[in-house]
Amino acid sequence: MTTREPAAKSRTWQARLAGGSALPMLAVLLALLVLWYAGTVWLNAPLVIDRYERAGQAEWTAGQLVADTMAMDRPLLPAPHQILAELDKTVFEVAPNSRRSLVYHGWVTLSSALLGFAFGTLLGIVLAVGIVHLRTLERSLLPWIIASQTVPILAIAPMIIVVLGSLGFVGLVPKAIISAYLCFFPVTIGMVKGLTSPDPIHLDLVRTYSASTGQVFWKLRWPSSVVYLFASLKVAVALAIVGAIVGELPTGAQAGLGARLLSGSYYGQTVQIWAALVVAAVVAGLSVAAVGLAERLTLERMGGRP
Amino acid sequence: MVDVIDGKAQPVTQARASAPPAVEIRGLNLVFDAGDAPVTALADVDLSVARGDFVSLIGPSGCGKTTLLRVMADLERASSGTVRVNGVSPEAARLARAYGYVFQAPALYAWRSVLRNVTLPLEIMGLPRAERQERARRVLDLVNLGGFEGKFPWQLSGGMQQRVSIARALSFDPALLLMDEPFGALDEIIRDHLNEQLLRLWQRTGKTVIFVTHSIPEAVFLSTRIVVMSPRPGRIIDIIDSDLPAERTLDMRESAAFTAIAHRVRAGLKAGHSYDDA
Repeated sequence: MTTREPAAKSRTWQARLAGGSALPMLAVLLALLVLWYAGTVWLNAPLVIDRYERAGQAEWTAGQLVADTMAMDRPLLPAPHQILAELDKTVFEVAPNSRRSLVYHGWVTLSSALLGFAFGTLLGIVLAVGIVHLRTLERSLLPWIIASQTVPILAIAPMIIVVLGSLGFVGLVPKAIISAYLCFFPVTIGMVKGLTSPDPIHLDLVRTYSASTGQVFWKLRWPSSVVYLFASLKVAVALAIVGAIVGELPTGAQAGLGARLLSGSYYGQTVQIWAALVVAAVVAGLSVAAVGLAERLTLERMGGRP
Repeated sequence: MVDVIDGKAQPVTQARASAPPAVEIRGLNLVFDAGDAPVTALADVDLSVARGDFVSLIGPSGCGKTTLLRVMADLERASSGTVRVNGVSPEAARLARAYGYVFQAPALYAWRSVLRNVTLPLEIMGLPRAERQERARRVLDLVNLGGFEGKFPWQLSGGMQQRVSIARALSFDPALLLMDEPFGALDEIIRDHLNEQLLRLWQRTGKTVIFVTHSIPEAVFLSTRIVVMSPRPGRIIDIIDSDLPAERTLDMRESAAFTAIAHRVRAGLKAGHSYDDA
């Protein structure tokens, strides 16, 4: 493993492009862009033509129409370059602590998502440990845990916000709890699987040492479950961000990506909506990547095969 | 448990003279309750293993030899009969950490280095860190794995992994070693080599070894006594005391004495007529 790694690092970027997954990904991206631009023209053209007619402008060329569909203030579907321009304006040109900055709104959402992720992970692990060690919990708790996920989060989120608001919790915590509500589930399911994953032979081994339940947990069950934990965490962290955004919708929150989406849809600011969506996707992608990095480092420390 | 880890606390000679046999089994029956048709895994087993003996349990698959070993280790419960390990019940012996168990598979923990696999039982028994490492290094030297402490299991061959698992069983210095086909998954060349090493280890440490196998040469080469078993139900059909000298070499397998014992084992296995309905 040690001999192969430097070789991989010294490969040129051209070789990586040709050999890796970058080229197919670029091809897909290109195809998407082409489709998107086609969609922009097709969807916005009726609006533009309507505007021409109202302005009494009878003469227009196809080129003019295409150009105009991509330069509308409130298009049905904004062109990618309009979204990029909006991103440039709201991410790079304004101060990150300004209310007009998507960095600011992204951080508001991310911070409550991370808090909810922490809550949810902890809750998920505690539930899994209980289910694995107490048979009665498995029968009494598991059906409710599954039922909890069949309730649409959009229906339950306003109630959580309102109830917690009347108890004096506002801002970060109610949103974090909605995130936790979504992301404890994959952690519980994954960890129940992980904590019961040791081979019978490994359990027999610690039995011959007459190890206590606690020792079996820390020396066998917990390390065996790490792979399952990280798989669950990747799902959970993405769900936590969804939960935080959903939590921002019903309250008319002033800040956060959810608030941007909501105000964008009030005023028909489709470009603003799409820019917020892109930022949400980037935040989610980076969070999943961060969990992936933590996974790699942890498994390396645990002697994992490269 | 402390005095078992530190077994030297008792005067050895006195312990030998008055001590009960390593294993004493009388009228053991074990029935697995498999729904509508209970399976008799072991029937009327009587066996006594003296301290310092190397006893092999040999028989075809399904004859209950592994189950018998697991009963001694308190990994299975007898349905009737008495079992004494070091003069106490298997459960008491297990709680006192009186035996080391080597499984068919190495059963190493993939996330622990070789050294930390060997220190696992010592951690559970609560030994201080320095002593854990010192003991682990000593037993790893004993199985010729000095220098591999920092490797992880996947970096070792199957034979080396099984030697690590033997070192792990030796690490807390139990007087009794229970070995369940430890070399069953290895090729014959490595198996021969490990048999020689195991024999030397047994001679050096004076431990009692109970060794499950289905290889006749392996059983004859290693054992002072060979217990021949037959299936359906699992029972003992012959116990052979080996008259081979204590010093053994692989070449001895061509000697007349060796062949005679092997012949008697084979005859015993055949008498169990286990092949007709296999």
